[in-house]
Amino acid sequence: MPDGALPVLEVKNLKTVFRTRQGEVHAVNSVSFDLKPGELLGVVGESGSGKSVTMMSLIGLLPSPPAEVRNGQVLFGDRDLLQADDDTLRSIRGARIGFIFQDPMTSLNPVFTVGFQLMEPLRKHMGMSKAQARKRAKELLELVGIPDAAQRLKDFPHQFSGGMRQRVMIAIALACDPQVLIADEPTTALDVTIQAQILELVKELRQKLGMAIVWITHDLGVIAGIADRVIVMYGGQIVEHAPVRELFGNPQHPYTRALLQTIPTVHGGRAERLRVIDGQPPMLGAQPAACPFRARCTHRMDRCNRENPMRVAVGPDHDAACFWHPETGGERDV
Amino acid sequence: MFDAGGKKKLVEVTNLKMHFPIFGGIMRRHVGDVKAVDGVSFDIYEGETLGLVGESGCGKSTCGRAILRLYELTDGSVRIDGTDIASWSPEELRQVRPTMQMVFQDPQASLNPRMTVAAIIGEPLDEHAKSSKAERLDRIYELMDAVGLNRDFANRYPHEFSGGQRQRIGIARALALNPKFIVCDEPIAALDVSIQAQVVNLLEDLQDKLGLTYLFISHDLSMVRHIADRVAVMYLGKVVELASRDQLYNDPKHPYTQALLSAVPEPDPAIEDTGERIILTGDVPSPANPPKGCNFCTRCPKVMDICRREDPVFKTVEKGRQVACHLYEAYQPAEETAA
Repeated sequence: MPDGALPVLEVKNLKTVFRTRQGEVHAVNSVSFDLKPGELLGVVGESGSGKSVTMMSLIGLLPSPPAEVRNGQVLFGDRDLLQADDDTLRSIRGARIGFIFQDPMTSLNPVFTVGFQLMEPLRKHMGMSKAQARKRAKELLELVGIPDAAQRLKDFPHQFSGGMRQRVMIAIALACDPQVLIADEPTTALDVTIQAQILELVKELRQKLGMAIVWITHDLGVIAGIADRVIVMYGGQIVEHAPVRELFGNPQHPYTRALLQTIPTVHGGRAERLRVIDGQPPMLGAQPAACPFRARCTHRMDRCNRENPMRVAVGPDHDAACFWHPETGGERDV
Repeated sequence: MFDAGGKKKLVEVTNLKMHFPIFGGIMRRHVGDVKAVDGVSFDIYEGETLGLVGESGCGKSTCGRAILRLYELTDGSVRIDGTDIASWSPEELRQVRPTMQMVFQDPQASLNPRMTVAAIIGEPLDEHAKSSKAERLDRIYELMDAVGLNRDFANRYPHEFSGGQRQRIGIARALALNPKFIVCDEPIAALDVSIQAQVVNLLEDLQDKLGLTYLFISHDLSMVRHIADRVAVMYLGKVVELASRDQLYNDPKHPYTQALLSAVPEPDPAIEDTGERIILTGDVPSPANPPKGCNFCTRCPKVMDICRREDPVFKTVEKGRQVACHLYEAYQPAEETAA
């Protein structure tokens, strides 16, 4: 990962709100991050932490209403995607920003062949002829390791297994050589042995193609093996951000620390009793005026109930949104 | 029903088979079977947790349901507390149901949305226990306390609870009749990481307090390592390895167990970088048409000629450890035959 390179994607103060009958849900609150060329940025969080909504907001995939992107900037190239019109967004989605969704069964269309679905973006975005597109589609299936590619182009999604379908999804996302690939829990629906296959494939493709990837997951194990940098989200906010080794070796936010202690492992030591994070994730009914993690935090202070902590630098390329200082046990100087 | 070590076998499963027929053609004739569970044998000792792991479609859930006789078994016997329930009639089964209960995977789907929490937890009591209204309510409150639910919520409906709390309701319902044996079918799979630990700790506390025996079905190998005393690994309808937790995780014998354990991503970048990963090629074959010989021969990195011809026997290779693989020789100690 080249340091200091200009980011391909820069998100500043993104805020997304859902309007529901029960009132507003503040799903994403002032989220800022950047993505450097060729790096893999991991986004971790529990369900409802806002990780998927953040990524969908970026490229206008959320239905509006009920969703509303209230604030922020998404800089991609020389453009602010939040200001772009539908035609521009359509020309970027699938072409320069690729997507892989969680469930390969529901994100492929069951009534079209895999070949048709692979050729569609090629013909739309790249202006290829049918024959050219078919040739490229075959290459793409070979690239993601599907044997007998020419024949399989004529098959329908239900004729593929789960792992193979996810490979097809990856091939579609890669079709137009995107600069950015957003993968939303791409291996969550798969078995561990198949997940291992897909992770290997992604590592290999990264080296070959060199695109930047945003990888959303709730599985810290997957992140440890694949990411360069990691963002931890909680309650619609980024609570910690660090390079992967730094995050696992020196976590600063109480939520990250607790999460790392909660999960049992297959190798290494085995705790007699699991550490627990008490309580439930917060409801995001109002504009957060205090730390979203305060109710479950073992280190909360008075200040946490009054102020929502800003992200502050705690190390090189490492920041956390917390008032508590793990080394001193006291309040951080902010 | 006692083994050499004097531990009591609460559940003895012998050669359990559960086949589902496939009907095809215009006449809807019987053209084949999905062999979801195909000759599984294991014992569960009183007070222990047996983990049953495997990938989706390997038959682990079917196995758990078959043990509770939620299906009509194709073949085999299931002895619970000394009696074989495999051939019992529904009425006879109803009498023994209180001793064996189940916690389901999806707490959203397994709780009736039109019943209050009190009604859900109380339903088994209405069915099996003859108690007065006051006794019933007392028992419901007692159960809610036991699983950490606030008594004030007794008249609420399942949708008013979070996933973790709903799973607590499901556990309280399973406990209502003082069961000895509970099948937990992926009880934490639908929950968030930070909530999973809460439910697992609850299950462990209840086991200590009430002396429960669990069959813990899961695809999450790291959680099974935490909760189980012994672990059975299933692949395509068969148990390929059964061993104590430490044996299995420290020194997996069967090539499938080895691959499965190495495929689990480790939440530590340092281990991740050094770990040699066995990547299995291909997918699980269809249980309707399993390969000839060993079920794992199509993906096994250590496959030999014999594997494609002969199905390996599930044999004891070390004390307390059984493996179905041609790589290992059977081991015949003198004292084991005494059981």
